Amino acid sequence: MATKIIKVGALARVEGEGSLYVRIKDDTVTDVRFGIFEPPRFFEAFLVGRDYSEAPDLAARICGICPVAYELGAILAMEDVLGVTVSQPINDLRRLIYCGEWIESHGLHTYLLHAPDFLGLADALELAKVDKPLVERALRLKKIGNDILEIVGGRAVHPVNLKVGGFYRSPRKAEIRRLRDDLKWAIDESEASAKLFSGFDFPDFEQDYTFIALRHERDYAIHQGRLVSNRGLDVPVSEFLDHFDEEHVEHSNALQGYMKAGTSPYMLGPLARYAINHDRLSERARAAARSAGLGPVVLNPFRSIIVRAVEMLQACEDALALVEGYDEPDRPAETATPRAGVGHGCTEAPRGVCYHRYQLAEDGSILDARIIPPTSQNQKAIEDDLRRVVEANLDLAPDALQWRCEQAIRNYDPCISCATHFLTLTVEWA
Amino acid sequence: MTIGAEPLVIGVGNSWRRDDGVGAEVVERLRGKLPTLELPGEGTELIEAWRDTGWVIVIDAMRSGGPVGTILHIDAAAGPLPKGRFSCLSHQFGLAEAVEMARLLGRLPPKIEIYGIEAADLGQGKGLSPAVEAAAIRLSADLLEMRR
Repeated sequence: MATKIIKVGALARVEGEGSLYVRIKDDTVTDVRFGIFEPPRFFEAFLVGRDYSEAPDLAARICGICPVAYELGAILAMEDVLGVTVSQPINDLRRLIYCGEWIESHGLHTYLLHAPDFLGLADALELAKVDKPLVERALRLKKIGNDILEIVGGRAVHPVNLKVGGFYRSPRKAEIRRLRDDLKWAIDESEASAKLFSGFDFPDFEQDYTFIALRHERDYAIHQGRLVSNRGLDVPVSEFLDHFDEEHVEHSNALQGYMKAGTSPYMLGPLARYAINHDRLSERARAAARSAGLGPVVLNPFRSIIVRAVEMLQACEDALALVEGYDEPDRPAETATPRAGVGHGCTEAPRGVCYHRYQLAEDGSILDARIIPPTSQNQKAIEDDLRRVVEANLDLAPDALQWRCEQAIRNYDPCISCATHFLTLTVEWA
Repeated sequence: MTIGAEPLVIGVGNSWRRDDGVGAEVVERLRGKLPTLELPGEGTELIEAWRDTGWVIVIDAMRSGGPVGTILHIDAAAGPLPKGRFSCLSHQFGLAEAVEMARLLGRLPPKIEIYGIEAADLGQGKGLSPAVEAAAIRLSADLLEMRR
């Protein structure tokens, strides 16, 4: 009887905050556990008792990579409680800053975290040794995303300019216009990225996923829309908890998301958005996808790197259109008046649907907070992929199999290191 | 590039994770007295933050197995950091990777020093362990002294 165990104890910078355990017995996978740490759990408790207006800035601290997802999710939920509707210019600015977050997140992940997998390189440093211009391109794409966050949001990390009702200050037209040339460059480079990534060698692997994404009547949905699946679900975000919930599993600090109907896992993120909103992509983004060999639905999660490049192109095009059409709003924010009630907010974080629900008291203080981040929802899908990846690759050497498993996790760009960021050093202490 | 008379002091970490907030604590104590920045520690942002800067000091929590509150000074311009973890797992592109990436790309400031402060508690919440807070106070005073 042969038993093989794959164990990776430090998927993130902190041991135990992201880990992988696979047990194989007689060529059958008997156990798969992908364990992660999720900071939102702590923040939910922390938000209770605070004023509604504090929620966006506090929620932004959950993640250094995708703060806008948390900030805007909280804002939309509060506006839902308070009955606030924002003007089109404010709504456009929100989409613009969110495009910035997609550009910086996808730029970082595709080039520096995911591409090395396909090039047989250990990491981004190895990539820089063999292809400096490529790394420089990635850094510039990332910076353009950050510049959008800084100009609209006041700073690139944990933006401070967003509030319930809109913004504290409207960005000046000249500041916004400064983004034009960079975005034109980024559009061309995103297109080139899709082409470059399409030349990678992809494992032969497909799954019949249940996809969930926001869908909007006009746009490739980022910060507004209905919750839609490829299996017939089509509901407003206020019904999120009627269809989805989370459960505790022993091996993970995070709760795992599941659909109340059916038993199969569901997938969020680029593949889901792409499949559900393919007809909402720009002509150029659709053409780039087609040239990169993608049909309207992609079922191979390893090809998510190409889909992220297509989404980066879409986000750059959207951002450019918003920049060129920008006029300073008459007022930076609508007035919000506290009242009791329950509200929901849902947006497409770079890694998928991020849901917020708050209950407020009459004075606007938070009675209850619920934040369901994309990575906890994708956990079951990740474990399901891992199980099948291992089963399909039992002939690989242990190191190669472990590598393939880590690659399968990276397909989801899981957000598991929004926690601590300290240096791990090996020092000989005399 | 000239090194300049004053360093840019970058505090790295997450002040909502106890001792991981030591970089932010030092920055808070130096605010208004030296140019400062507080960052979560994502590598590409660090490379961008120290662009065109002659002298950079980075303060970060560390885990090296030494006594809690120990301050380790590293001259990063002189050579690689003590053996770290260079891997592209998940979001793992942090300070150590940023330094080596910048070195490869010719974007490392001519003078770059890293102060690692040994952490004890990395749990959720605000507030430093007493030994780590004492180290932050000591290091802030030393950095101000150095300026004079």
